[in-house]
Amino acid sequence: MADIQINNYALNFGPQHPAAHGVLRLVIELDGEVIERCDPHIGLLHRGTEKLIEYKTYVQALPYFDRLDYVAPMNMEHSYVLAVEKLLGLKLPRRAQYIRTLFAEISRVLNHLLNVTTQAMDVGATTPALWGFEEREKLMEFYERVSGARLHAAYFRPGGVHQDLPKGLAEDIHAYVPRCLKILDDFEELLTENRIFKQRNVDIGVVTQQDALDWGMTGPMLRSTGVAWDLRKAQPYEVYDELDFDIPVGKNGDCYDRYLIRLEEMRQSLSIIRQCIEKMPDGPHSTLDHKVVPPARADMKRSMESLIHHFKLYTEGFKVPAGEVYAATEAPKGEFGVYLVSDGTNRPYRCKIRSPSFVHLSATDYMCKGHQLADAAAIVGSLDIVFGEIDR
Amino acid sequence: MSFLDSGARMLLLKDMAKGLALTFKYMFRKRVTLNYPYEKGPLSPRFRGEHALRRYATGEERCIACKLCEAICPAQAITIEAEPRDDGQRRTTRYDIDMTKCIYCGFCQEACPVDAIVEGPNFEFATETREELMYNKDKLLANGDRWEYEIAKNIAADAPYR
Repeated sequence: MADIQINNYALNFGPQHPAAHGVLRLVIELDGEVIERCDPHIGLLHRGTEKLIEYKTYVQALPYFDRLDYVAPMNMEHSYVLAVEKLLGLKLPRRAQYIRTLFAEISRVLNHLLNVTTQAMDVGATTPALWGFEEREKLMEFYERVSGARLHAAYFRPGGVHQDLPKGLAEDIHAYVPRCLKILDDFEELLTENRIFKQRNVDIGVVTQQDALDWGMTGPMLRSTGVAWDLRKAQPYEVYDELDFDIPVGKNGDCYDRYLIRLEEMRQSLSIIRQCIEKMPDGPHSTLDHKVVPPARADMKRSMESLIHHFKLYTEGFKVPAGEVYAATEAPKGEFGVYLVSDGTNRPYRCKIRSPSFVHLSATDYMCKGHQLADAAAIVGSLDIVFGEIDR
Repeated sequence: MSFLDSGARMLLLKDMAKGLALTFKYMFRKRVTLNYPYEKGPLSPRFRGEHALRRYATGEERCIACKLCEAICPAQAITIEAEPRDDGQRRTTRYDIDMTKCIYCGFCQEACPVDAIVEGPNFEFATETREELMYNKDKLLANGDRWEYEIAKNIAADAPYR
């Protein structure tokens, strides 16, 4: 009998697969049900953000950052405004820094709520996703109250934040923290010990410490392997050095560890949120340098100088001294960096965005190889990728 | 004793029972969904929705064609043409917003020195055709007339922070 040649089966996972998190297309080569090769195809959401920014003034470029990782928009703005401020050499008022830290952490909870629950959904649990979205909605209401939009906030501005917290918001966020902690306990009760969830996640997508470093992973992906690397601790920005929080680390580097880390990070974030509100100082919410931040509306109506500043800033924008700078923050997904080159005009000469999801997605082949097809969904779920920032 | 404990957990489906009990408990909680067209979520005074061009109480339109909104718009969705009116005042002859381009960042209302262009509280302006989303001056002024009460209230509520 002649040998029968059996070819591997090539399978398209996405771009419209519900577990593909957006527009991910994985071309998977299967040997039976075992993944031989996993090739991510990206670019379906490419909008040319980096190039567009070169043609926008520094303030106009800001809303584009919301649209990178639309699950945690304010974290994206954060790196950008830090980069611009570094170039300008601006000193921020304390209140602005506290408000930014507060909302960066709210965004972290937003992101992890989505990721933890959709990771559960990828392996078959629908309930947490419904509960998680309810909590996200409440947090997005805080977003809406402070900035006017539930997602695309455009709230962090070079020089501070756009508007001060409205009356009563800080109290409401403070009152919300214990309620969110309770929901996290519910997630834990539903998932952490659940045998199906554990069977689908424990020892799946294992990353070793060395490999994680070699692939350039950051955030929960790196911390799940046991490396306690968090930019909030390693190179504190804003007021993180004054706040008390822990960095959860994993041991095994598998999907289950990443789930546990994200859950714990949410608890830490909620504690940071509470500390921020308790320590929130009074004062201006953005720098009073009106060469960068437009003056208050009442001033603009009364003083000629303010009116000139207003017109200048909203037409020409501000000029930024020539130079190049890299500013990175610990976004929920990992290190989100913005590399800005300024040639001294009112527009960036070049803006390079370092997005954590892109780096993590490039490791899918390494992580999926040898796993079953169904594990690909679990691995992609635990990678925490959002296509807005991969394709940019 | 740990093997007994884990064995019992395994056989008695403790994790499953716990999870089911929790979901069952949720069944008796207050429902969180909204019956959308009849019930709506809360909106803050800062909400950025559909655009509107406002008028003064006298009926005179506020916009003075300074074109700050056109200049700041990151999506270049606003087109303005202006000419002096018969009485010598500078007013727009054309004020178009391409709502399909607009990214609702709110920069136009921040830039406007006379609070003429605002993003009102309306978010239900879906249309059947794309053309209907190319707003012209008439449409924007009509929006302003229709939503003036809410817009004025919101601006007054947010005034201390602006």
